[in-house]
Amino acid sequence: MYIVKRLLTMLLTIWVITTLTFVVMHAIPGDPFASDSDVLPEEVLNNMRAKFNLDQPLPVQYVLYLKNLASFDLGPSIESETRDVNTLIAEGLPASALLGFQALVIAIVFGMALGIIASLFHNRTIDYGAMAVAILGISIPSFILAPLLIKFFAVKWGMLPVASWGTWQHTILPSVALAAGPLAIIARFTRSSMLEVLKQNYMKTADAKGLGTAGIIVKHGIRNAVIPVISFMGPLVAHLLTGTFVIEKIFAIPGLGKYFVDSIFNRDYPVILGTTIFFSVVLIVTLFLIDLSYRLIDPRIKLTSRGD
Amino acid sequence: MGNLLEVEKLKVSFRSHGGEVQAVRGVSFHIEHGEVLAVVGESGCGKSVTAQAIMKLLPKRGCSIKEGSIVFEGNDLLKLSANKMKRLKGSQISMVFQDPMTSLNPTMKIGHQIAEGIIKHKGLDKRKAKGRALELLKMVGIPNPEARYDQYPHELSGGMRQRVLIAVALACDPKLLIADEPTTALDVTIQAQILDLMKDLQQKLGTSIMLITHDLGVVAEMAQKVIVMYAGIVVESGTAEDILEHPKHPYTLGLLNSLPNYETAEKERLIPIEGTPPDLYAPPAGCPFAARCNYAMEICVQEMPESFETENGHHSRCWLNDPRAPKVAEFAAAGRDGT
Repeated sequence: MYIVKRLLTMLLTIWVITTLTFVVMHAIPGDPFASDSDVLPEEVLNNMRAKFNLDQPLPVQYVLYLKNLASFDLGPSIESETRDVNTLIAEGLPASALLGFQALVIAIVFGMALGIIASLFHNRTIDYGAMAVAILGISIPSFILAPLLIKFFAVKWGMLPVASWGTWQHTILPSVALAAGPLAIIARFTRSSMLEVLKQNYMKTADAKGLGTAGIIVKHGIRNAVIPVISFMGPLVAHLLTGTFVIEKIFAIPGLGKYFVDSIFNRDYPVILGTTIFFSVVLIVTLFLIDLSYRLIDPRIKLTSRGD
Repeated sequence: MGNLLEVEKLKVSFRSHGGEVQAVRGVSFHIEHGEVLAVVGESGCGKSVTAQAIMKLLPKRGCSIKEGSIVFEGNDLLKLSANKMKRLKGSQISMVFQDPMTSLNPTMKIGHQIAEGIIKHKGLDKRKAKGRALELLKMVGIPNPEARYDQYPHELSGGMRQRVLIAVALACDPKLLIADEPTTALDVTIQAQILDLMKDLQQKLGTSIMLITHDLGVVAEMAQKVIVMYAGIVVESGTAEDILEHPKHPYTLGLLNSLPNYETAEKERLIPIEGTPPDLYAPPAGCPFAARCNYAMEICVQEMPESFETENGHHSRCWLNDPRAPKVAEFAAAGRDGT
């Protein structure tokens, strides 16, 4: 019952997002051929507009778009003559998702480790050190970090390729650059959450049982500390998996990220809608999975179809 | 048979922003095999700190054991390595905490919380440990242990949870059980059930119990011996009967007087002990109770009384027990009747 209701809500959300994006998109001045209007004759432009149904009234275009969307067709790309939006996503996603996935693993593993270590050494040098690293991670933008990584690991020491896409070695630097920010945020969340858990009475009970320190932290600490960290994971996973403009641009990665930005400049209406809807779906599905995972992690959380 | 636990001149301090709090200031007592010792005193008197010092549960930072020894079966726990202490904790000495609502891990099945100590200390495999845990659940009076084994703490009532915590504590047949106000957080009818259970198990298993409480009714019910603590020191110690029937320290007397009397039908006002305990940042040189004591003499504020043995095994740290002190009757004549 909960799942059915949830799925319906998700569909509704996607429809709302589609509609809003459609309206806002057409409210932006200009159209896909605005930049060509002084070089091409009016007739050619009109023909092209007609090809993409842009000559129809907006409500008609909207209905046509929804019809195609219902059959999972995101339409043609206006900018690219040969590929439609489905193909663009299918081609860009693997690289973006691979990078995102690797970055996610790095961020979660090292972020949580850093946070846990910091909490165990609360208010001591190690804690301050870990949190200094975390602040750096949050405050250094990826477009600074990425060139720095390239400068040292690729140019100076020649350990890794500078950019582009090919072997697994090519994925290391962009994954690290992508992971730094989320890693720092996860470290801070984990630390504060873990500090809270360490104060709890059940940690004292575990200590009084004579369990090993590592056992106490792993079995009694982490599981209880992880919930606030997971709450933050939803938007993070969606952002990382669908690619980022900056990192993909810097490392010349054939990912999805550039379409989010380029499509808006080009007024490539189907690509704007397509990438937005695709991102929303990933986000909504991730949030749904995270809600399900709460239930697995904390038995006190019950999923009900009512709002309370 | 020697004593199971001997605590000698234990001193524990906490560092804080305002300075050093001397929470425990030279506490000595012992527990014999199979004995129930009650530790009585108001909040902040150092009884829980003493218990946590024995279990090495005090925070590692900001807290230090200044002096003294805690000898358990001939070994000084304060000199024991961390590893040996871990082996002792939960198997030889274990603890039941005050608040059953928060003392169980909310995300772990209760059965597993009982079994993990057994696996650790007895080296049993998971299946055998589960068998033992089910036995324990049954022993502490939890109906339908098989079903309860897989439940989480939030599915159990407070009384049930305290039963589970008692099962956790008794899992490895400890020789000493420290119970830190085990019934304080429970409502009255459940309190009686938990006490009955503990008394029952104590008689069946012969476990020694250090029972921390501020409820003198609990003392009368369970304990053979009592120490009364005030401001970090033991002010009176002796058998439960001596302490409850013939208290020799004005503080103990005050505690007894402040109990409601259920036998008289008339409504009486409770008699509180006026005032508050001294500041342990800078404890007074004399008797810490002097400022609240109706019998205080000049010497009481000047010099800490020694421990006087008034009867066999009954000690009281009060100048009134000095042969030179005036008798209580003389105070009464002077209009200071102590109530």
